[in-house]
Amino acid sequence: MKQVKVLGSGCTKCQKTAELIERIAADQGVEVSVTKETDARVFLQYGVMSTPAVVIDEQLKHSGSIPHTDQVKAWLV
Amino acid sequence: MFEVFTRFADWLAFDVLSLAPATKTGDAVHFFIEDVSKIYVLLVVMIYVIALLRASLNVERVRNYLAGKNRAAGYVLGSGFGAITPFCSCSSIPVFLGFTSAGIPVGITMSFLLTSPLINEVAVLLLMSLLGWKFTVLYIIVGMTVGILGGAFLDAIKAERWLQSFAQKALAAGQNTQLPDQQEVEKLSMAERHRFAKDETLEIFGRVWKWVIIGVGLGAALHGFVPDGWIEQYLGDGQWWTVPAAVVLGIPLYSNATGVIPVMESLIQNGLPIGTTLAFCMSTVAASFPEFILLKQVMQWRLLATVFVMLLLSFTLVGWLFNGFSSFL
Repeated sequence: MKQVKVLGSGCTKCQKTAELIERIAADQGVEVSVTKETDARVFLQYGVMSTPAVVIDEQLKHSGSIPHTDQVKAWLV
Repeated sequence: MFEVFTRFADWLAFDVLSLAPATKTGDAVHFFIEDVSKIYVLLVVMIYVIALLRASLNVERVRNYLAGKNRAAGYVLGSGFGAITPFCSCSSIPVFLGFTSAGIPVGITMSFLLTSPLINEVAVLLLMSLLGWKFTVLYIIVGMTVGILGGAFLDAIKAERWLQSFAQKALAAGQNTQLPDQQEVEKLSMAERHRFAKDETLEIFGRVWKWVIIGVGLGAALHGFVPDGWIEQYLGDGQWWTVPAAVVLGIPLYSNATGVIPVMESLIQNGLPIGTTLAFCMSTVAASFPEFILLKQVMQWRLLATVFVMLLLSFTLVGWLFNGFSSFL
């Protein structure tokens, strides 16, 4: 199971990012656990400077915008 | 250049809707159609073009550039980058921490963060189209000045004392280490730039289109129905209290700059003084409670309050100054 973290201060873009990942994972039949991180210390830990950011299995994949569908698909393969 | 919108409004209001020109209703409807169509076209075209140009500019690059700059240059550059770098206001905290952990002084970081919402593309475009380039240039200069002086002031009072302790540690650690080698700047292809610009345009337009209608609607109502001379008489520049009142009124209107600027156009045409308008505009665009509360994660209350009061005072000063000067211009 993939551990997905969505980093952001709780704005709508972060919500949408989390929903998008959950939806695509369900479509592809991949098991994921999506958590939202709003703590500033976590941003610092991953060196993230723009949100929403996506961390999958402790690896920073993306930051600064809602990811595109094809990007998310590629991460979840 | 904008005549086409006047003609479009003539046609729609007087021919299609067959309203009589030079009546209150005809006037107000004409004003509404002209402004809404003008703003929509301008927003879509210009946001796309601006996004295309600045697609490759991001906060990471700005941080690498600002790290290690001397103070005086830092405030000016911080404020300048704040004006042009695209970033969502909900990223304020990570940006603050990213800058801080690279050892950039709090004042320079705040120059960036204060200027960023003040000079944003939507506000600037609306000012340009509704109030003309002179007011817009004035607004940009004043906005950057507030950011630069605000940052310098925060460093002068040693604002870093009032950061949350983990942010203080990050700053201290950042000042003692070299940044890792600057990453290769990725070259963006035209297709990627287009994708970024399209996303930006859709996102921003989707957020602001309804405020344009509300703002222009209110503006049109004022335009048509407030008696001539009323504003000049009651809110004119003889009334010193109108400036702080405008600043306070601007706070809860946050994020609705799109709606507020068309109202301001109408107010200015009806005789509201320029300084009062400028102060109101800045307060609406930049002083937001929700965003300040977010910054609590990295700042202690004392610093938060200082920054907020500093902003309100500087907007008020700007207002008085320009009201005072406008009689000499």
